[in-house]
Amino acid sequence: MMSADVQPLIDDLLNGSHRALARAITKIENRDPGYRDLVATLYEHTGTADVIGITGSPGSGKSTLVDKLAERYRERGETVGVIGVDPSSPFTGGAVLGDRIRMASNVGDMDVFFRSMSARGSLGGLSTATADAVKALDAFGKDRIIVETVGAGQNEIDVVRTADTVAVLVPPGSGDDVQMLKAGILEIADVFVVNKADQDGADRTVQELSEMVELGRGGVSVDAGHHGPDAVDDIGHGHGDDGGWTPRIVESVATRGEGIEDVLSAFADHRAYLDESGRAADRARQRYAEEIRTLLRQDVGELLEEELDAHGGIDDLARSVAERETNPYAVVDRIVEPIEACVSDRRD
Amino acid sequence: MTYANHDCTPRVVDVSADAEGGQRTIRCLIAKVGLDGHDRGAHVIARAFRDAGFEVIYSGLHRAPEEVVQAAVQEDVDVLGISILSGAHNTLVPKVIDGLEEYDAFDDTLLLIGGVIPDDDEAELKDLGVAEVFGPGTPLEETIEFVRENVPERR
Repeated sequence: MMSADVQPLIDDLLNGSHRALARAITKIENRDPGYRDLVATLYEHTGTADVIGITGSPGSGKSTLVDKLAERYRERGETVGVIGVDPSSPFTGGAVLGDRIRMASNVGDMDVFFRSMSARGSLGGLSTATADAVKALDAFGKDRIIVETVGAGQNEIDVVRTADTVAVLVPPGSGDDVQMLKAGILEIADVFVVNKADQDGADRTVQELSEMVELGRGGVSVDAGHHGPDAVDDIGHGHGDDGGWTPRIVESVATRGEGIEDVLSAFADHRAYLDESGRAADRARQRYAEEIRTLLRQDVGELLEEELDAHGGIDDLARSVAERETNPYAVVDRIVEPIEACVSDRRD
Repeated sequence: MTYANHDCTPRVVDVSADAEGGQRTIRCLIAKVGLDGHDRGAHVIARAFRDAGFEVIYSGLHRAPEEVVQAAVQEDVDVLGISILSGAHNTLVPKVIDGLEEYDAFDDTLLLIGGVIPDDDEAELKDLGVAEVFGPGTPLEETIEFVRENVPERR
């Protein structure tokens, strides 16, 4: 059922009101009443935008690169939406969202819609909120949507993996960074960008990344070639031998706008690969499967919280376990059994 | 099933306390407009707002009024705090207000000015729709309390 009060907002958004788009994202972030109707209605208008996720350690130059990418897209006449995700304080919930400062190339251009979002300490809620905000930008008609996060934890990885193409920024000079990547970011990267490639150690970082990528695809050795401090080119083969995608490695100096075309062409190649191989459809299905699962977990989780309260609240239950009056398994059985009974009654 | 442990639930500043349990976090844009390069005050207030549980977007130095409007509209902030120490408030602030009106964003944005503003100008700015002017030496708590009490009820 559509609640009446979100319909005008949806109409305004689809008619191109920036204010309505901004307000829709606020409703999504706050989980205001009606936000579900809002996103549900927007769904049928989505599916046209190309979504790019950009992640990397703090200071790797994400925001500056995003700014330059947005500038190039605008030069081609494409509209751009950007969501910059920053962590919030777990103590106060407050946050200073600083990604916007770097968006200096697109001053006053409303067709670059930049929105800062904070993690708000929510569990898994961030990826849902970000994915929904992407839907709003998509429905609004943005051609390119960039989601930017600090690649610090599972939350952030969950956020960028909802993108069609994922770029991981690696600053040069630190072998430790590349080591860190092995622990999970490697798997999600479609493109590695060695940004600040004019700094010492860029060659080595490129070399280490290409070794790692080659290792990942079965140990085929590749001559990475020599890269001088100003060399801006890319290595890697794009399409792998098995028809899969081999992550590309691109060098850039975002502050000077160097290598941006290489980054863009790596993105374009990946997009082409997705479309030609049918992986785009696979990825979309995977994404929707995850969205369904996440929503289910959230809703059922809320239901369980209510049940917890009805059973005296978690504090009392925990106390009775601490006093050895009962145990966690018995508590959970007592809460879940009636729910199971209801569900199986209804299913028949 | 693993689920929210209570220590991790988001702490949300519940200003609207709406019955349906929507979460509400106060969002603020702290902006430096024009040519003055003194951003100490803006930094201090940004930190204080963050510690008060607000989400703060900081504009950086030397912003044009249209940039501030773009940011305020896109970020859908509840509060726009403009820091001006250059004396150009009489030209810059009306431009920001006009821009907000153009995007239909003026009515539900709490507009605050921080800086050195002569009394006559303060009255004039308030006539234009500035909610409050905070001069040097204003206790941080006073500004935070003002925001909490005056954040506009929103659609």
